[in-house]
Amino acid sequence: MVHVEMSPTAIAKKKSYLDLGLTEAEYDRFAALIGHQPNDTEIGLASGMWSEHCAYKYSKPILRQFWTKNERVLMGPGEGAGVIDIGEGKAVVFKAESHNHPSAVEPYEGAATGVGGIIRDIFSIGAKPVAMLDSLAFGDLSQPHTQHLVDRIVAGIGGYGNAIGIPTVGGETNFDGSYTRNPLVNAMCVGIMDKDQIQKGKAAGVGNALIYVGAKTGRDGINGASFASSEFSDEEAADRSAVQVGDPFMEKLLMDACLEITQQHQQALVGIQDMGAAGLVSSSVEMAGKANSGMALDLDLIPQREANMTPFEIMLSESQERMLLCVRAGFEQEVLDVFAAYDLDAAIVGHVIEGHQYKLYHHGKLVCDVPVSSLTDDAPVYKQEAKMPERLANPASDFDPIVTDPVTTWKAMMAMPTIADKSSLYRRYDAQVQTNTVVLPGSDAAVIRVRGTHRALAMTTDSKGRYLYLDPKVGAAISVAEAARNLVASGAEPLGITDCLNFGDPTKPEAFYELAEAAKGIIQATKAFNAPVISGNVSLYNETNGHAIYPTPMIGMVGLIEDLSTITTAAFKHANDLIYLVGETHGDFNGSELQKLQTGHVAGRLFDFDLEAEQVNQAFVLKAIRQHLVTAAHDLSDGGLLVALAEMGFTNGLGAKIKVTLPTSWGFSETQGRFLMTVAPENRAAFEALNGPAKLIGHVQAKPQFDVTTVSHQFSVVLSQLQTAFEEALPWYMNQKA
Amino acid sequence: MKAAVISFPGSNCDLDLQWAVQQIAGADCELIKQEQTDLSSYDVVMVPGGFSYGDYLRSGAIARFSPVMTALKDFADAGGYVLGICNGFQILTEAGLLPGALQWNRDLNFICEPVTLTVDRADTAFSNQYRVGEQLTLPIAHGEGNYYADPETLAELEANDQVVFRYTDNPNGSVHDIAGVTNAAGNVLGMMPHPERAVEALLGGTDGLGLFQSLIQQTKGADIRGTR
Repeated sequence: MVHVEMSPTAIAKKKSYLDLGLTEAEYDRFAALIGHQPNDTEIGLASGMWSEHCAYKYSKPILRQFWTKNERVLMGPGEGAGVIDIGEGKAVVFKAESHNHPSAVEPYEGAATGVGGIIRDIFSIGAKPVAMLDSLAFGDLSQPHTQHLVDRIVAGIGGYGNAIGIPTVGGETNFDGSYTRNPLVNAMCVGIMDKDQIQKGKAAGVGNALIYVGAKTGRDGINGASFASSEFSDEEAADRSAVQVGDPFMEKLLMDACLEITQQHQQALVGIQDMGAAGLVSSSVEMAGKANSGMALDLDLIPQREANMTPFEIMLSESQERMLLCVRAGFEQEVLDVFAAYDLDAAIVGHVIEGHQYKLYHHGKLVCDVPVSSLTDDAPVYKQEAKMPERLANPASDFDPIVTDPVTTWKAMMAMPTIADKSSLYRRYDAQVQTNTVVLPGSDAAVIRVRGTHRALAMTTDSKGRYLYLDPKVGAAISVAEAARNLVASGAEPLGITDCLNFGDPTKPEAFYELAEAAKGIIQATKAFNAPVISGNVSLYNETNGHAIYPTPMIGMVGLIEDLSTITTAAFKHANDLIYLVGETHGDFNGSELQKLQTGHVAGRLFDFDLEAEQVNQAFVLKAIRQHLVTAAHDLSDGGLLVALAEMGFTNGLGAKIKVTLPTSWGFSETQGRFLMTVAPENRAAFEALNGPAKLIGHVQAKPQFDVTTVSHQFSVVLSQLQTAFEEALPWYMNQKA
Repeated sequence: MKAAVISFPGSNCDLDLQWAVQQIAGADCELIKQEQTDLSSYDVVMVPGGFSYGDYLRSGAIARFSPVMTALKDFADAGGYVLGICNGFQILTEAGLLPGALQWNRDLNFICEPVTLTVDRADTAFSNQYRVGEQLTLPIAHGEGNYYADPETLAELEANDQVVFRYTDNPNGSVHDIAGVTNAAGNVLGMMPHPERAVEALLGGTDGLGLFQSLIQQTKGADIRGTR
């Protein structure tokens, strides 16, 4: 797809900006801001910079309400990624980003470049990326199209992460019909750095140089930001050119070179930013905007991979693996020499200038002359109308499950795709490169040690689209709570979150209502767990042919373990350890996996969520772990108590004998705020002296069998039967793939 | 022992290997670049895992043309110890320092998981701290780890006892379950599993440490070149 230039008058007359995603009102606003009829380049820049992806024009009023600061936050949202102090002079940097649209069109490259993009955000801050996580959502796994997407998206994530040498240590994979045509691919990257070396994406100081480094610019992904900010239709084939191709080898060189500059050439560097959505225009104009500078770029100096590219194409290309640096005058050669040693293309492409204009020159002609702020701060922000969707106003009646054959139900639950073992997917990711991974994928949270300290970081990604579908506010609060619960079960204290807000078309009042309500839930829960939002992104327009996905905020949370000896995993360790259930259990089934199993869908009013009880329970579990009283801890989530119990037994082939004063079906209830923990018999007194909300329900047994007594049933099942159901479900579906 | 790890562009286990040899096993270990042409000051040269030059063509196919590879051949010919792990193994077979080749895994997917190996030889420079028949748990992480050699070569390897490690439960389709193999002289070892990822209990196991300790033992105070 080659861009054909039009004159300013033709643009105004033929309204070609409509095809770029700008409205007539937005065209008029932009023309007024810049003081003349926009030419082809200028209107192109506006379409990229005023897209939801860059300007957050619909979500900004909501994002502004997020709680983003506590005593540990060193840098909140607004830069490439957020930064939190973790003590001993170190800081953790993390962010997540969605790549849903590109992955729907070209799953391998869409997923791979999602990984590449988020890695650049982390090293642009000056941090060494040490871990990747993902959060994936797919449609019904029995459909060949879904099987294809799963295979290629997993291949793409692994293909990039494995090659660049950053371990993919954790994540989640959920399945539900609403994601069939619109899969979610959210990637999170975590980095570690010395806390006094934080870099910002700013271009300040008249005469300082802009240095472009990395891959040459091509016609790939042109105007991808506005592509991502629109809905899909069946005519998606035409969108293919909006997807980019990743080169992890190039990115590894770029990463190593940029880290060398941020660590060893600080006097030369003013600012650094990656070229992500809306490519060169967004990185450069944002760098100017943050420093209130003017900027001039000579497009003839941009390294280009194709001939005869127009300014529109050069500026809006989303070619991957590119960075932009602002370098102090006189230090240009020093920086260029570093890049040359890595065999990277680098060029001085412009300078910071007096005033506040953003000027682009092409073949000696001035092709863009607009105020910097017209593309950044002055982008429109819309206050949208919110309306409660019909399904929430009049929910279906409560689901009351009947379980007559507990063992059959238990096995079927273990094989539900969202619950089933994901190791056939994550074994395709290198989880150990860099040799810091203490807890591998498959436990509640992944744990990475921090070299040079006695500390470790726990990390997880969690989303609960099904719950949000029934109640966006409570569902979002639960998403945050579950992430915190995963960290606590690993022995970590939550530090903060990053999020990807995956929602439908914000111009539809029902979709906007879901977004606004979800934000309220996130705010409430992040405060409760002292885990501010330090970074994130929004992905709206997740609709195909008018059908939206479940509202799905993805929560990526990082926690701190101050003492390596308190790292805890979910697996049973020893026979005869006592099993405690933390938290109250109720009959909470609307939105549950059991409802999905028995009825094929989720419906009804979402169950109540007791945030205070969740806080109390988490604090208790963390306290017991820190006193070395706990041999295993596991959070209860999808599928409830019995699913969690089985999962704890698989790793070491240990069974359990438990007795609960609950109806059998409640063994699959999804009441929040609960944990299972094991305690060595000799620590029983010390543990019970803590007087926590824990009830002794049984013990671990050497015999690989689960013996369960409820108020209505007594049943036993051999561990291997549950494990087979758990482990073979996904491979079985994937083997149907032609 | 003085060891070197060659960092090719795209190598990503070079720092891990250096950490294992230096911080954990306690020997000298330097990172060197692919431009280096003199290896004479080292006792052991290691070729690390990763994706040298992106490995877009065939694993190791580009790296073998690096200047350092000529020096590495001379070093090996002179009896110096060479250890190739994962991508390093692939590079050594591409360069002809080891027999055979590494193909795509049987199921055509990348696999990262712990595997069990059986020690076949405990009298090599790389395995003298293990016992014959000992079982080791080491992680693998590769897409192209399926070892292949033609029947004549294979017969020769077996006749010469060049197989040092075999998989107990073959994860990738390698012929004769071969996980690690030496050259005929026994001073060059290539292996797909990552011993450098199994040297600390905190990270799940220490079965890989013996390999580095074997090399330290072998090169203790001696002029190792020509000692075999």
